[in-house]
Amino acid sequence: MATTVVAEDTGRARPRLGDRVFSRLALAAGIAILAALAGVFIFLAIEGVPGLSKPAEFYGSATSFWGYVAPLLFGTVLAAVIALVVAVPLAWGVALVVSHYAPKSIATPIAYVIDLLAAVPSVVFGLWGISVLARELQPAYVWLDENMGWLPFFAGPASGTGRTILTAGLVLAIMILPIITAISREVFAQTPRLHEEAALALGATRWEMIRMAVFPYARSGMVSAVMLGLGRALGETMAVAMVLSPGGGISLNLISSSNPASIASNIAANYKEGTPGKIQVLIATGLVLFLVTFLVNFAARWIVTRSERKLHR
Amino acid sequence: MSVTTAPVRTAPEAVSFTAARLPRIAPALVAVVAVAAAALPVLLLGWGPVAWAILSALVFLVALPVWAGVVEGRRGATDRLMTGLVWTACAIAVVPLASLLWTVVDRGLPRISSTFLTFSMYRTSLDQEVGIYHALIGTLLITIGAAVISVPIGIMAAIYLIEYGKGSRLAGWITFLVDVMTGIPSIVAGLFAFSVFILLFGPSYRSGIGGSVALSLLMIPVVVRSTEEMLRLVPADLREASYALGVPKWRTIVKVVLPTALGGIVTGVTLAIARVVGETAPLLLIAGLTTRTNFNLFDGRMTTLPVLIYTQNANPGIAETPGGTPPGVEIAWGAALVLIVIVMLLNLVARVIGRIFAPKTGH
Amino acid sequence: MAKSITVDSLDIYYGDFLAVEGVSMTIKARSVTAFIGPSGCGKSTFLRSLNRMHEVIPGARVEGKVMVDGQSLYDSAVDPVAVRRQIGMVFQRPNPFPTMSIYENVLAGNRLNSKKMKKSEADDVVERSLKGANLWNEVKDRLGKPGMGLSGGQQQRLCIARAIAVEPQVLLMDEPCSALDPISTSAIEDLIHELKTDYTIVIVTHNMQQAARVSDETGFFNLKAAGEPGHLVEFNSTQKMFANPDNEATEAYISGRFG
Repeated sequence: MATTVVAEDTGRARPRLGDRVFSRLALAAGIAILAALAGVFIFLAIEGVPGLSKPAEFYGSATSFWGYVAPLLFGTVLAAVIALVVAVPLAWGVALVVSHYAPKSIATPIAYVIDLLAAVPSVVFGLWGISVLARELQPAYVWLDENMGWLPFFAGPASGTGRTILTAGLVLAIMILPIITAISREVFAQTPRLHEEAALALGATRWEMIRMAVFPYARSGMVSAVMLGLGRALGETMAVAMVLSPGGGISLNLISSSNPASIASNIAANYKEGTPGKIQVLIATGLVLFLVTFLVNFAARWIVTRSERKLHR
Repeated sequence: MSVTTAPVRTAPEAVSFTAARLPRIAPALVAVVAVAAAALPVLLLGWGPVAWAILSALVFLVALPVWAGVVEGRRGATDRLMTGLVWTACAIAVVPLASLLWTVVDRGLPRISSTFLTFSMYRTSLDQEVGIYHALIGTLLITIGAAVISVPIGIMAAIYLIEYGKGSRLAGWITFLVDVMTGIPSIVAGLFAFSVFILLFGPSYRSGIGGSVALSLLMIPVVVRSTEEMLRLVPADLREASYALGVPKWRTIVKVVLPTALGGIVTGVTLAIARVVGETAPLLLIAGLTTRTNFNLFDGRMTTLPVLIYTQNANPGIAETPGGTPPGVEIAWGAALVLIVIVMLLNLVARVIGRIFAPKTGH
Repeated sequence: MAKSITVDSLDIYYGDFLAVEGVSMTIKARSVTAFIGPSGCGKSTFLRSLNRMHEVIPGARVEGKVMVDGQSLYDSAVDPVAVRRQIGMVFQRPNPFPTMSIYENVLAGNRLNSKKMKKSEADDVVERSLKGANLWNEVKDRLGKPGMGLSGGQQQRLCIARAIAVEPQVLLMDEPCSALDPISTSAIEDLIHELKTDYTIVIVTHNMQQAARVSDETGFFNLKAAGEPGHLVEFNSTQKMFANPDNEATEAYISGRFG
């Protein structure tokens, strides 16, 4: 029996070495993630910054980089905003059904189906967007043009293919719906039971209980869910690249074929015939997209972290 | 009301627990009426079933709250209206998924055959059969490459965050940036890999490994987050029990903490794989396109299923019969079906694994 | 193989916060020493400092001396991992490893340290430890079943078997019965009686009757005031402690007139 605590026989150096190596490895992995994120920025900058100041012929009809990227940025934001306007109320509705309205036996399958939606690859959404959704919506666009044409959004002339920014936005809405639903569902479900019961005990109807107890508690979670959905919609490439047939120019007209592409879809569509110079311009637009989505995500996470801290206090 | 005078106690009024309420079958009744009412203009104007459904829903959403408003008052009406709206939202959300799955199966299934799965698109003669074998191999290899890069980094980083760095400023930053990284657009990940590899190997460099690098950038945050969550669920009791037995920290992590969390970690990794397996944009840039089967991740272009779907749909060729479906579109739908099946299987596997590896309770 | 422990003016800190102040005592070998006192008085913290388990919490440190059989536990050359192999611990809540069977749980201390063992040797250790923990008869037919499937009291005895399987010098028990029902508690108390012929046992308990029943010596910890560090008020033989304590505060606490 070893009588000494400074057990030479168990070898004090060996376990310490193992601990040292293992903790260093873990630390290295953590730092690798920071490095990767920094790397994304640095490499995009190296390749992209020259694209900011090319001769005018590199920018197509525009004369400068900002003239080139502005319509694309507008298209990106427009499609994302359409997606949000459609997806957010739906997502909150679904999240409420799952967390508060449906009995568990129905809520679980609904949650599963929405998760399934999240699993569908974006290229398949794109394929479905062109061949089903665009075709189904085209008559609706004609109708909107004829009856609601006085609104700038529906000024027309209606696109003959249905491949408009509105269709692209709707496909994006379907794609971001599961993200917003998942996060909202979680924060709704975390509402303290006591708050809910307190509201019900005051004689509130179910909707009043949700307004009094659930929404105030979940507000920051709901906001960040929307922001994350926005981040996803801004960066989504394939669905927009496939569905939208871009026309260039900044316009609020949602149903004609005169809308600009988004940054991401523009890269996907043009990288192939790109000369190295042209590619640098595309990478520069990618850098712009990266910064925009980074800021949106940063803001979303910051809101969450801040409110978490508030709750813990 | 006067504040100074105390209320005079009188005999208590009889308390009533009943209030005017709609009968329990009211929603069902209104629904039937709404469907019937909507049928009238639909039949008269010859609209389709979609219009019928929309109109029925609208009639229902107006009629029930109005009735409730008359009987139960304004609060009851609002409650009914919101209940109707959230359920409608739910129904609307399910429609596109149903349509999408139906279309993929309907249009993809006819194209599936053994040649479709075992032939590449490289033809030596014009009448030769083509298939998606090369894209299956490409998807498999590139995804494995991405997993090999991201799983160790992701798990080790999560171990750092939970077991070593807890509370430190660096860990706080890593957690925060991992969250931000979750939102990196996939095309930006592709551009990153593209920039790195063209800087290193020249502007026309294309390879599968570049795609793996891009995908791992998308995978790492998912792996970190899910592993982190699972490690957090491992009770501190178990770590202490192990330390108290004289087990060093790293062995405790490897032999007690990780095995306890294994089910959740494997589920998380599988879901991460399912997410990147359908990625298109980054691979379009860096892995390129080819019609041949390429088994070498480090040399030459490599096609994956999503890229194949995109390019086949974009350049579909000419249909054999005028007005028929072009061959490229047929291939795209067939490949889309295969891709969806793969993704769904991965999701299913993830769930099953999660259940199998869940800590045994002996019951 | 049991060892005595000598503690000399030990202060325990969490960061800048002084949790326990100035504890001195001698814990005799092959005896049961109980610590009693109100919640938050530092008795568990003190217990954990005896095998350096408190270091699991970042920022924890001690000043003063803990000597086990003449060796200081807190010498810079001492490896806390090696300390814990000699001084085992049983926790408040039973915590068998959920991924392991009963058999593997008992062997965990050896297996986790990759100690090579013949099958027959391992079987011996398992049988001896489970018998030592009075659990053998209840589980001998289902050694391959998960340890989590046992009842709470059985799980706690499994944890004791796991702790004694590595043949420690000292066994520390941190409120081992607080999560158990009276019948399981009495089984564990019987076990403590038997174990003291081979081990030095230190037990923290909230239950004064338990301290009176199982221990030979008792230490009473208390706080001077809320927010002040805990300290050792009195350390005496259990008999004297419960019959005629030296300190008034001890008497007040034991007789229920706390304050």
